[in-house]
Amino acid sequence: MNDEFKDLFVDGSNYKTKLTRKFGLRKIKPEVDDPKIIKAFIPGLIKAVYVKEGDSVRRGDKLLVLEAMKMENQILSATKGTVKKINVEAGKVVVKGEILLEIE
Amino acid sequence: MSLREKVFEFFKKKETVLSGGGAKAVEKQISMGKLTARDRITKLLDPGSFHEYDMFVEHKCKDFGMENKQLPGDGVVTGTGTISGHPVCIYAQDFTVAGGSLGYMHARKITKIMDHAMKLGVPIIGINDSGGARIQEGVNSLAGYGEIFYRNTLASGVIPQISVILGPCAGGAVYSPALTDFVFVVDKISKMFITGPEVIKTVLGEEISMEELGGAKIQCEISGNAHFFAESEEECFQQIKKLVTFIPWNNRKKADTFPPKPPKFQYDIEKIIPESPREPYDIRDVIRAVSDDSDFFEIYERWASNLVIGFSRVRGETVGIVANQPFVLAGVLDVDSSDKAARFIRFCDAFNIPLITFVDLPGYLPGVDQEYAGVIRHGAKVLYAYSEAVVPKITIILRKAYGGGYIAMCSRHLGADFVFAWPTAEIAVMGPEGAANIIFKKEIESSSNPEETRKAKVKEYTDKFANPYIAAANGYIDAIISPRETRDYLIHALSVASRKVEERPQKKHGIPPF
Repeated sequence: MNDEFKDLFVDGSNYKTKLTRKFGLRKIKPEVDDPKIIKAFIPGLIKAVYVKEGDSVRRGDKLLVLEAMKMENQILSATKGTVKKINVEAGKVVVKGEILLEIE
Repeated sequence: MSLREKVFEFFKKKETVLSGGGAKAVEKQISMGKLTARDRITKLLDPGSFHEYDMFVEHKCKDFGMENKQLPGDGVVTGTGTISGHPVCIYAQDFTVAGGSLGYMHARKITKIMDHAMKLGVPIIGINDSGGARIQEGVNSLAGYGEIFYRNTLASGVIPQISVILGPCAGGAVYSPALTDFVFVVDKISKMFITGPEVIKTVLGEEISMEELGGAKIQCEISGNAHFFAESEEECFQQIKKLVTFIPWNNRKKADTFPPKPPKFQYDIEKIIPESPREPYDIRDVIRAVSDDSDFFEIYERWASNLVIGFSRVRGETVGIVANQPFVLAGVLDVDSSDKAARFIRFCDAFNIPLITFVDLPGYLPGVDQEYAGVIRHGAKVLYAYSEAVVPKITIILRKAYGGGYIAMCSRHLGADFVFAWPTAEIAVMGPEGAANIIFKKEIESSSNPEETRKAKVKEYTDKFANPYIAAANGYIDAIISPRETRDYLIHALSVASRKVEERPQKKHGIPPF
């Protein structure tokens, strides 16, 4: 009976209590997007890559085109920097969250 | 044609309608573990009390070959009946007829019985089992949904509205249940979602089963869209029958009173709470110890269970209970438990049900996820709902009542009519550990033995503030009572407050933070 109770810390005090399934599912710290790591926000197909490794890019420069749900999504750079690594080429199918390109 | 022949002809027509979608469709429905629409109604209502209307309603769709199709009753059964003698209006979608799809006449039957319920001032019960909009009818089908939602809103707080999900209920259809007061689901039968697994797979590439996305367990434990979970349709109907005994027919009446019964012997109120304020116990035992026959009818048993809500009776009269549950997450308030409490408080206020609040909480749940999810605006709903409520409000502080949590849980400051505290109550800005760490920060840090100093300071704070006497000295609590006196104080408070009238400023409506 006693091992189902866990510790919960509230305002400096520790309480013995049960935890819920939803409490277990919560994200401790929600992810914050890093503008230097370009991820696929939707699964789809890479239609074109406009840059190559070593290119310097400015904010707003076209990086690649990701086709999903019959829409061609232009992926633009949100930051200034140099293209460090490109993980995809035109014709590649990507899943959601896949890292497409890194800038430094 | 003689009268006899006409009656015979009528019986034949009626028989066709009563056979629903035909033997094959009915067989399929039953093989899925489901009852047919009419069987559901007769099982739920008092025997022989159901009277069906609009049996011969027909759809008017002339497109896509629909002009040649006859849909008996247009896929929905409507009528009136009684549950334990309480009159109710009811409708049940018939999945055997065109998948229970909602066309315009189908919706018209529903809105007609809803209007009827409003005029008669009786609860409306909707049994949902439908594939969704009848696509052949286009915008007329959408019009039907909209007119149902509009009536759900007008009926809100006037008559109790109960939704029973006994099959799929997807897309726009989910919003009628969401607008009603109580939603019942059955394991493996109920499925609710806005966008189904197929769409989620195409858009997000994530695979998820219907059950995992919007099954009964998910709705009852994670999303909080459904209030009651049952293993079978039979169990679900028993829950509805019990609920109906606790609530009034409409907002001008009080719930029926029952013969008073003492609480059961095994709930000894002095043996429930542990000595340490940081050890858990089941608050429902305290509720049972003061309730007639120790019968507590819990709502939302599986969702946000760090706060407990439900109905019981005190000397025969229905009361609404709101209580922190130290057993789960130490009884903290958070996003979900705030929503849960606020909506229930407003239901009780709308339907003349006195509120009893049991307080034992360390405060709000800390965490980035809580702040990002808007614990501020959700928490505000509790303050709003309690302050707005004009039914008798009785608060009993059992142990911890710290900080914002103390204020939120129907404190004197939010207009409680009676506030009682047990001698174990600790009414303070925060727990002794947290308070001592702040107040005596310098002394603890500069001490040669910080841990010893900290302990001594925590004890000093505990002795001075962790009690009900300072709040009592300010008149914020009316009486300090021994646990054994709790039921007597409740009975007395309910009886002297039974004709309470509290005026509020005239307004069209308030603007609660939802």
